[in-house]
Amino acid sequence: MTTPAPRTSHARWLPLVAFAVIVALLAAGVWISRDPDRDALPSPLIGKPAPAFRLPLLHEAGRLVTSEELRGEPYLLNVWGSWCPGCREEHAVINEFAKTRRVRVIGYNWKDEHADALRWLEQFGNPYWMVLVDYDGHAAIDWGIYGAPETFLVDADGIIVWKHVGPMRRDTLYTQLMPQVEALEAR
Amino acid sequence: MIRSLLLALVVCLAWPMAARAQVAVDATPLRFEDAAEERRFHRLVTELRCVMCQNQSLADSNAQIAHDLRREVLTLMRRDLSDAEVKDHLVARYGEFVLYRPRVHPATWLLWFGPLVVLGAGGVVIARIVAARRRGPALPPDDTQAW
Repeated sequence: MTTPAPRTSHARWLPLVAFAVIVALLAAGVWISRDPDRDALPSPLIGKPAPAFRLPLLHEAGRLVTSEELRGEPYLLNVWGSWCPGCREEHAVINEFAKTRRVRVIGYNWKDEHADALRWLEQFGNPYWMVLVDYDGHAAIDWGIYGAPETFLVDADGIIVWKHVGPMRRDTLYTQLMPQVEALEAR
Repeated sequence: MIRSLLLALVVCLAWPMAARAQVAVDATPLRFEDAAEERRFHRLVTELRCVMCQNQSLADSNAQIAHDLRREVLTLMRRDLSDAEVKDHLVARYGEFVLYRPRVHPATWLLWFGPLVVLGAGGVVIARIVAARRRGPALPPDDTQAW
């Protein structure tokens, strides 16, 4: 019998190492996918000025509000529609935040019917300081909005400082939004 | 006469559905001025990703936002923007993710060149094995081996 050549002693572990690497990759994939917001796209608009807009108000026919008018103090822009189940889900959280009166909360009624929007607010409560209406969804493209709900925090100079895609949960409110609000207040 | 009755029936049936439509939809299909514009449009939207349903292109997706973005692409084309400028416009709003062919810069180097590196590494391993076998002693005749 011939003994195996010594050079093969390392090479024989190669398949096991390759297998371990693949297992590690798959485990990393599973680990990353535990985040419920994993599909949310990072917005390239963070740190950039909020887009200029001129939009009508839900509760005041004929009045148009521009992005310029909102300057001077920060505001939270919450994109919603009466057709959107996620918006209903997060509405209690938005209400809770609005009650703190830390920042103006502005609704962004996206691709919705006027009567449906009014009825929805009546039913679930209206936390909004004002509600902008984007009926055809054209202005939303400048904000990079691609689904509802989405929430933006804009500072006093009109710079977008934070964005959340999908329904806000209470932990989103306290671990993400509140620290941002505190940072704005500390400026 | 029958035709107008049928039309009235169709309108009556469709009306309540339209009234209950949940999202404000502008359902009119896009109209192209000529075949060249249509070709350019289709080439562009197949290279752009739908941001909502992330594994479809803008051309394939039936999501509301894809509908809106297709309209936006056509509007931008008609404002005489080049293909690159149309893409830049969407990247500025939705991020690099909208591009099916991401740009080459440090953040995407791994994506672009990673497979080449892996291929190269595999090549090196195979080359070394082959070289070692060629260098190594020829297999000794083994008469004891029972087949």
